[in-house]
Amino acid sequence: MNNMRPAAAAASASAASRTFARTGRAVGKTLLYALLIAVAVFQLLPLVWLFLFSLKNNQEIFRLPPLVPPERLRWENYADVWTRGKIDVYFLNSVIVTALSVLLTVLLASFVTFALTRMNWKWRAPVLGLFMVGYMIPIHSALIPLFVLYRNIHLIDNPLSLILTYTAFNLPLTIMIMLGFYYALPREIEEAAVMDGCSVHRLFLQIILPMTTSVMATAAIINMIFNWNEFVFVNTFISSDTRKTLTVGIQNFVGQYTTNWGAIGATLMISIVPVLLAYLFMSNRIIEGIAAGAVKG
Amino acid sequence: MSSKFVIALYVLPSLLLILSIVYVPILFTGYYGFFDWSGAGAMRFAGLDNYGKLMRDAHFWDSALHSLWFALMSTLSLIGYLLAALVLSGKLRGANLLRKIYLVPMLLSSVAIAQLWLKVYHPTTGILNSLLDFAGVQNTPNWLSDPDIVLWAIFAPILWQYAGFYILIYYAALKNIPEPIIEAARIDGASPLAIAWRIKVPLIGEVIKLTVVLAVVGSLKYFDLIYIMTEGGPDRASEVMASYMYAKAFRTFDFGYASSIGFTLLLICLVATWAIRALTASRDKIEYNG
Repeated sequence: MNNMRPAAAAASASAASRTFARTGRAVGKTLLYALLIAVAVFQLLPLVWLFLFSLKNNQEIFRLPPLVPPERLRWENYADVWTRGKIDVYFLNSVIVTALSVLLTVLLASFVTFALTRMNWKWRAPVLGLFMVGYMIPIHSALIPLFVLYRNIHLIDNPLSLILTYTAFNLPLTIMIMLGFYYALPREIEEAAVMDGCSVHRLFLQIILPMTTSVMATAAIINMIFNWNEFVFVNTFISSDTRKTLTVGIQNFVGQYTTNWGAIGATLMISIVPVLLAYLFMSNRIIEGIAAGAVKG
Repeated sequence: MSSKFVIALYVLPSLLLILSIVYVPILFTGYYGFFDWSGAGAMRFAGLDNYGKLMRDAHFWDSALHSLWFALMSTLSLIGYLLAALVLSGKLRGANLLRKIYLVPMLLSSVAIAQLWLKVYHPTTGILNSLLDFAGVQNTPNWLSDPDIVLWAIFAPILWQYAGFYILIYYAALKNIPEPIIEAARIDGASPLAIAWRIKVPLIGEVIKLTVVLAVVGSLKYFDLIYIMTEGGPDRASEVMASYMYAKAFRTFDFGYASSIGFTLLLICLVATWAIRALTASRDKIEYNG
């Protein structure tokens, strides 16, 4: 009995220190939680504010505190800029340029990734390296010669200059996203198909492509976001107002309407809503694409 | 149909595209750098004049210094992102939702971000000064026209934009660590801090290196936000290499000199990538089968 006592005391002391440690950890955890939530608020607050002032007129913006909604939501700001601010034209241009670039990029990247992972050829390693290094090249180092090139072949002010440039600059990332998926694809089906005398093209078009729809979707959505948001190339290659895409279009629009906050807010909201909607429905795919592209680099 | 022809069919279209739109133009940038050229009319060979001028151009060195400042700040901010990811990747309720919220600004165009933050920083009506007013601050700063704070004012939206991106990368890498490794450390009595610092961080070392490269190179070529928010001003206080090059090319039409800046920018980015990789090369490689 006697020799149990020190052990019991030690046990109760360690129990006390354990409770102490546990409370300490709980407090720490609550603080961390509060900090992480504060960061989330910081990430969303400017956007909430933007949405609110896109529904106000100037008097309301100056009179009301920033995060108080107006008595009446002025959706007419949106209708106004859509037609009178030519946002409809910019929007359509963005849709066309984005869609065609995404289609071309995903298709070409699928071809290349297929050849890189399923065929044996001498120049495979250097070609792969060429595509990977392309990811690191700053666009400004190619901008002036590209401008001169497009001017010489009369593609300045032509959406084709954007489509070709977006495709070329996004191929590295798109191939990076696809490589891992292609490597992981089981080869048994292909081997069986080849045994049955299936040609390379039929193998690619009828067997491989249908199996890679999920990675194509991931690559497509990432490309969509990049192309939709691109600014420098449009700003440099496109001069007529009717051919500009949303980013440069709203930049011009804002320059003209500097004092009309409601109109500017509505324009910015129109430009970001498509991407936010895509994120709402496909956040996992977008996250996966961003992580895959970055981590495999 | 020979197999060479088949391979060419699959590879050549992309290869020609990336060569003609990425690789050949960067060589031409280097080439134009040897000429005196306004973009139209005759090109006059100038030898190394442009590069010599660049070396003595105080405005260029200032812009390079600002780019370097952004690179340094972006790299330092990685520490915060790593800590956030370490906390989020532990068993924390709502981690997935938080991670998704953090990423939202990353999805927006730089034009939208720049225009939004121009409004945030508006001296009287902006939300920042409104909140400061409300908190009783007397002389609220004029964020974007004060040369002493303009770099910080531009760095805030950069943090805002990229936080979610880096947290996501670290989070994905941390989730890839096989659970048995962490479990074994826990059984051996390692504290959560020790597990994070001694096991998790070294295991994602390669990814950390990659993010340093991305942060440094991304900062060195940073352009859009600065071009839209300040055009490098006030009085060049926020000029960076890319905005300086753009102004030389498309404002003063000095294509030759702008090309020498563009080529120098490329060399600096490549050297930075190589240097970070070389400096952080680990002799003992950590491997596990995950």
